[in-house]
Amino acid sequence: MSERAAIMAVGATPARREIIYRHSVLVRVTHWVNVLCLAMLLMSGLKLFNIHPALYWGNYGYPGVPTVLAIDGMLDQETGQPVGITRIGDHNFITTGILGVTYDSDGRPRRGAFPLWATLGSGLALARDWHFLMAWLFVINGTIYLLAGLISGHFRRDLAPAAAQLAPRHILSDIWNHLRLRRARGEAAKSYNLLQKLTYLVVIFVLLPGMVLTGLTMSPAVTALFPFLFDLFGGRQSARTIHFITANLLVIFVMVHIVEVMLSGVINLMRSMITGRYAIRPERAS
Amino acid sequence: MSRIIISRRGLLVAGAASIGSAMLTGCDPLFDEASMRPLLDFGQLMSLRAHRLLLAAQPLVREYTLADISPDFPPNGTERPDSDSYFDLVSSQFADWRLKVDGMVNRELSLSLDSIKQLPSRTQVTQHSCDEGWSAIGQWTGVPLAHLLQMAGLAPQARYIVFHCLDELEEGSFYYESIDLFDAFHPQTILAYGMNGEALPVQHGAPLRLRVERQIGYKNAKYVTRIEAVDALGPIAGGKGGFWEDRGYQWYAGL
Repeated sequence: MSERAAIMAVGATPARREIIYRHSVLVRVTHWVNVLCLAMLLMSGLKLFNIHPALYWGNYGYPGVPTVLAIDGMLDQETGQPVGITRIGDHNFITTGILGVTYDSDGRPRRGAFPLWATLGSGLALARDWHFLMAWLFVINGTIYLLAGLISGHFRRDLAPAAAQLAPRHILSDIWNHLRLRRARGEAAKSYNLLQKLTYLVVIFVLLPGMVLTGLTMSPAVTALFPFLFDLFGGRQSARTIHFITANLLVIFVMVHIVEVMLSGVINLMRSMITGRYAIRPERAS
Repeated sequence: MSRIIISRRGLLVAGAASIGSAMLTGCDPLFDEASMRPLLDFGQLMSLRAHRLLLAAQPLVREYTLADISPDFPPNGTERPDSDSYFDLVSSQFADWRLKVDGMVNRELSLSLDSIKQLPSRTQVTQHSCDEGWSAIGQWTGVPLAHLLQMAGLAPQARYIVFHCLDELEEGSFYYESIDLFDAFHPQTILAYGMNGEALPVQHGAPLRLRVERQIGYKNAKYVTRIEAVDALGPIAGGKGGFWEDRGYQWYAGL
């Protein structure tokens, strides 16, 4: 990034605060469109999950087939109290209040895998409508981002790890700096560190395309043309399970991403993703 | 005519406020509004057009082996039509049952179950995917719809094939479904009278059900008794082309 970074303004003050142009307009627009898409895809997706809150492995799956994950709400046989149960493999976990049974604002228990406030679409038909509409926007937005990133050299320049970053000592110091929540300053702050690069690469080239492909595997029309999708993911129900797991990994990524933004300067980072301008903290005087 | 001028800042504030209030109530009040319908319909149209483009060569869905058939197969919708007339049909082994083919056709047909079984047949082991998320694998034997339509001879203005069913999934509303000619003439679109090597069970739509393999569960109408060729879906029942479609579900259900 540094080679192309236009220095927008150099503070004349002794603080030596340097403002660089960090994100191109294309990255900024596609980032925020993506935020909208992922939020609405997640919420409508949770609604779709709630309709049939069980995941299976293989080609088929329906009530009675062993589940990989199942979330249910039921009444305790002895006390008559509502209990939320999350079943992972053969293990049951009581998740009352979080999954299976949640409480509305009046404190009334409500049966349902994920709480109503986390879902979008009052019913299956509407949740499907939203999910597929936002999937289109997500795919179009993502395609523009990928093409632009390839053509402009954004991926090669900003996301591909530099040779020096892959040295074992550098990797260890990167991890150490992360654990100490120590933020880069000066020249080092002008490019992503190795852990950032690897995370973004996994999200951009593995998790997000994986969401699209596992989603397409659930379409009987798409798999008529691309039956190898069944083989790639191990069947329609496996694809649905991987779709769910990958969505969870993306939620974890977004949570870490937001925490990192909080820790590294919300205003500076939000500005850089809205206007493109990012302030570099000067090197510590040594 | 009044003109409303909205400043960009005003729009942002209004948008943020409405998103904020929607977040408190699970988003539905904002997004369920009829004003969103054109946008959602546009999304449906994109999926239909894209799929029609991708499937122009009419590829077949994957067919499985007998060993892949799932141990069970949950029935969609009605599991046993409640009427006296259906009771009589079952108890007489569908001897008096007839399939009517009418509407925009050159020759109306009225076929007994036995005569349908004499027609060319196709057997396929395919995956059935419900829009709820579950799926099962079963073997279906039946007559290709294309063969019936060729027997009847479609009039040039016919654009859709409507399947009228014997079951009332809701009091007073008989189940029905519709597909267009793109799906109607697909080789795997059959009217099945056999399932997993036996006669089609009542819970799966005896004596005859539709299999439209590139679309999901509810398009596969059961208890089919009449096939009608039409030029438009508007005049039929709720006008949206199917029992579930009349209740807000997507007419094109290839995804």
